[in-house]
Amino acid sequence: MYRYDQYDHRIVEERVAQFRDQVSRRLSGELTEDEFRILRLQNGLYMQIHAYMLRIAVPYGLLSSTQVRMFAHIARKYDREYGHFSTRQNIQFNWVKLPDVPDILDELASVEMHANQTSGNCIRNITCDEYAGVAQDELVDPRPYAEILRQWSTFHPEFAFLPRKFKFAITGATQDRAAIEVHDIGLAVVKNQLGEVGFRVLVGGGLGRTPVIGTEISAFVPWQDVISYVESIVRVYNQYGRRDNLYKARIKILVKALGIEEFRRQVEAEWEFTRGGPCTITVEELNRVAAFFEAPAYEVLPEIDAGVVALQSDNKGFANWMQRNVKPHKVPGYASVVLSLKKTGVAPGDATAEQMDAVAILADRFSFGEVRITHMQNIVLADVRQSDLAALWQAAKQLGLATPNIGLLTDIICCPGGDFCALANARSIPLARAIAECFEDIDFLHDIGEIDLNISGCVNACAHHHIGHIGILGVDKDGEEWYQVSIGGAQGNNSSIGKVIGRSFSFGQVPEVLARLLQVYVEARFDDERFIDTVRRIGYEPFKDYVYASPVEDDKELAGVDYELLKAGVPYDMPYYSPRF
Amino acid sequence: MIIKNITVVEDDWSVLRLTENDSPQTVEVATGRVIVPLSVWLAQRDSLKNRAEIGVWLHSCEDPEALREDLACFAVIGVAFPKFADGRGYSIAHYVRERLGYKGELRAIGDVLRDQLFYMQRMGFDAFAVRADKDIHDALKGLSDFSEVYQASIDQPLPLFRRVQRGGVSK
Repeated sequence: MYRYDQYDHRIVEERVAQFRDQVSRRLSGELTEDEFRILRLQNGLYMQIHAYMLRIAVPYGLLSSTQVRMFAHIARKYDREYGHFSTRQNIQFNWVKLPDVPDILDELASVEMHANQTSGNCIRNITCDEYAGVAQDELVDPRPYAEILRQWSTFHPEFAFLPRKFKFAITGATQDRAAIEVHDIGLAVVKNQLGEVGFRVLVGGGLGRTPVIGTEISAFVPWQDVISYVESIVRVYNQYGRRDNLYKARIKILVKALGIEEFRRQVEAEWEFTRGGPCTITVEELNRVAAFFEAPAYEVLPEIDAGVVALQSDNKGFANWMQRNVKPHKVPGYASVVLSLKKTGVAPGDATAEQMDAVAILADRFSFGEVRITHMQNIVLADVRQSDLAALWQAAKQLGLATPNIGLLTDIICCPGGDFCALANARSIPLARAIAECFEDIDFLHDIGEIDLNISGCVNACAHHHIGHIGILGVDKDGEEWYQVSIGGAQGNNSSIGKVIGRSFSFGQVPEVLARLLQVYVEARFDDERFIDTVRRIGYEPFKDYVYASPVEDDKELAGVDYELLKAGVPYDMPYYSPRF
Repeated sequence: MIIKNITVVEDDWSVLRLTENDSPQTVEVATGRVIVPLSVWLAQRDSLKNRAEIGVWLHSCEDPEALREDLACFAVIGVAFPKFADGRGYSIAHYVRERLGYKGELRAIGDVLRDQLFYMQRMGFDAFAVRADKDIHDALKGLSDFSEVYQASIDQPLPLFRRVQRGGVSK
């Protein structure tokens, strides 16, 4: 993976010093909260319901075991012994104290990490295919480009105060696992007919209040020109994106307003002046960065490991885990393993300090000391010998990281919601737990098969509910939490935005609503047709009709005692749901 | 007082701002060193261009292309930051320096604060009218927050990877 040189170190250290000074000016009252807010956001620091939350960047989802150990250390020293992995492949600590933050950033800098631009109206952490470099369907490893773009976007002086946040995603494979169609800029590494490498560029995708699938602005931008090209896009957006209305400020609104042809014309008119200039990426720079991502020293191994095959037929638990949590690898005898952060009873994406330390040990032992975070909020060990799978499975089980549910109903993508987030209308983590408990039976889950369930606590869509096969959105009605249910969303090559099935439900009704949706699916499906494919084939009406055909019982107990306290306005300083309290 | 060329200096330019009752055609431009709004420049160009020294300033929503033919007339071009979080001024500065090739004083006016000065400097501003309630000597420190940068910009036309030998994979 990429390692800092003296320049990277210096820039990050100077940033920490700058922020340390800003924090002290805030604490002395020299900076008002209004002035400080935007500065702290650009350093990843949010004010949530209970405390400050620090969001640390995991550039394109890649970590060393040393960095994972640092997370465990931060969790113990500055937080409540756990962290939360987010849908932008980042990690969030929910209980930090403002005076500690410069020290946390110093500690992060010592292991080549930072919290830069993980919030604010600037270019955010660039997300990437979690199987980059190991996927069988990869054309070109996107990570060197992600790193080059990370450096370009870091403290870009022109783009620190854009109309709104700006997100890039990049993939180099034929199957899009980075959701590039729902990003402000989506980049797919492609080869042209001459075999030259370039980028297909999508623009104006995004979720939030107005979900939009991105539009192709260029079918092929040569890799050398990618910085000048995206710089032209962001420059046009910086000048003409709306600043009068927060909800209409994302680039997708500008692209819709101008139309893609006019937007493209403006970008290319701008690009004319910068194309071929100093921003052009040199072969030397690409080679320098790419060398950090060269394949590790794989052993020559048989395609199939006999021990794995034998254990699969002997042990159903292992077989389930192999089926769901183990992914193919481009090198014979290797596999990628997903460690599930979706055990029932645990907040989706949460990991304890103990688990993080243990994951670091597993990475060192089984996967060349590297770890990846997925935008589905799980952990991947990408380079595991098949002959080590049984041992890894045993170790992961001990840690509560081997739930065989990757891609299944309980692999829920979930934002922090009303328990933590000041923006949320409704709680999402307790709902995820209630759902997971209702559908915990593993045979049932395997029978239902692949299904993406996404729960966002508000319209900002941090859990990407629009592209969940089933999406749940928390809405506020007269101060009460309600949930809108949509179906038919999807991410990947054939993205779609889900459609709301009708009026919203109470917390206690949601599991029954899901049960009804699944009943329609089970009756209508062909063979091993996935839920999303059934929805696409038969339409959403049969689902809607069945869900609303008879009253849905409201299981009031599900919502829990704390919700009653919340409604009554009783302040509580601990979120209702976390095994860590 | 303003910051100019990394120093706090006295400043005798005044910035003309139109009130609701003013019209660009009829507003009186005082004698001496005045930085007028673009609308006033366009409306009173014929008389203003005979002055020994005149400046013009742009709102963050205005197109700097309007200045192209008259660049030689200006001793100062100002760019307004109505709020520090309005980042259009950075792209305006880019345009004025890069596309118009303006070499004279480029001054940030309005909500100009210490923590944005470094970015402003990188985009070609060389004069900063720091917001009056802030300590301008303190703000000066903002110009040296970083000693190294990654990207090309106006004050550093080459990106880091073209300027230095960077570290590679250690063997």
